Amino acid sequence: MEKASKKLDINDQALIDKINAGDFQAFEALVNRYEGKVYRLATRMLRNQQDAEDALQETFLQVYRGLNSFEGRSNFSTWLFRLATNVCLMKIRHRGTEPAGMLPLEDYLPRHENGEHPVIQEWPEKPEEILLSKESREKMMEALEKLPPEYRAVFVLRDIEGFSNSEAGETLGISVAAVKSRLHRARLALRGMLAEYFEKGKGAGPTFVEN
Amino acid sequence: MTEDYKDKEAQSFECEGMECKQILEKLSEYIDGELDPQICKDLEKHMQDCHPCLLFIDSLKKTITLFKYTASEPLPQEVHLRLHDYLRKECKGC
Repeated sequence: MEKASKKLDINDQALIDKINAGDFQAFEALVNRYEGKVYRLATRMLRNQQDAEDALQETFLQVYRGLNSFEGRSNFSTWLFRLATNVCLMKIRHRGTEPAGMLPLEDYLPRHENGEHPVIQEWPEKPEEILLSKESREKMMEALEKLPPEYRAVFVLRDIEGFSNSEAGETLGISVAAVKSRLHRARLALRGMLAEYFEKGKGAGPTFVEN
Repeated sequence: MTEDYKDKEAQSFECEGMECKQILEKLSEYIDGELDPQICKDLEKHMQDCHPCLLFIDSLKKTITLFKYTASEPLPQEVHLRLHDYLRKECKGC
């Protein structure tokens, strides 16, 4: 990803120079380049398609208005994704219905206490085949939505968009250590939620018994 | 010593070296290839003997893979068109 973004950066800067000189077609070319990624980020963050589309439009309007002040200290894509993530987080805050703080995560984290072992069922060999069903995709989006927004943002950038730890940290304005810690907890929580789904019918969620 | 305690002791012998709880804390770094090589070795040794940990890491890897697979949906054409219409209108006055 880093290689690809470096290559794109040269073109990004050339487009930005044209946009700043008043070339609107260059702006449309820049939008074309990133609209898919921003929309995907927004749909993962917000789930609701209308909200995601609103976030997409708002983000690129902010880009257009802010390009004059973009000083190129970071990659354009990092700056863009910072704007997009902030737009999404703001929308989530305005909803006021998101899980608060870290509490919901705890329900899905495995606990090893005093030699107790979790009961873990084997998952399907090729779980991606399950994605062919609409129900499975819905379950996954539901799970993502249950993560606190700050954790969801880290997971989406790192594991879905393929950002490195430092790129995700720069985008979100947090340290690499914080990225790693949130990512780990987000992954564990998502695993726990999906385990409930994959193991449905076998009578086992993320429950724990003594050996 | 109760039978229960003995069982737990036996379990901890089974998973000699690192404990399951320590393994859990390191799994993301392990998956991402960011773990110190010695700890990595200890972790792999632990997993040879600890089936629950092995299944757990397998399901964690699959979780990540599943979400990656969902990332390939293209931008709907109508959303693309509405975005460009919106920007043409809104940016005029900028």
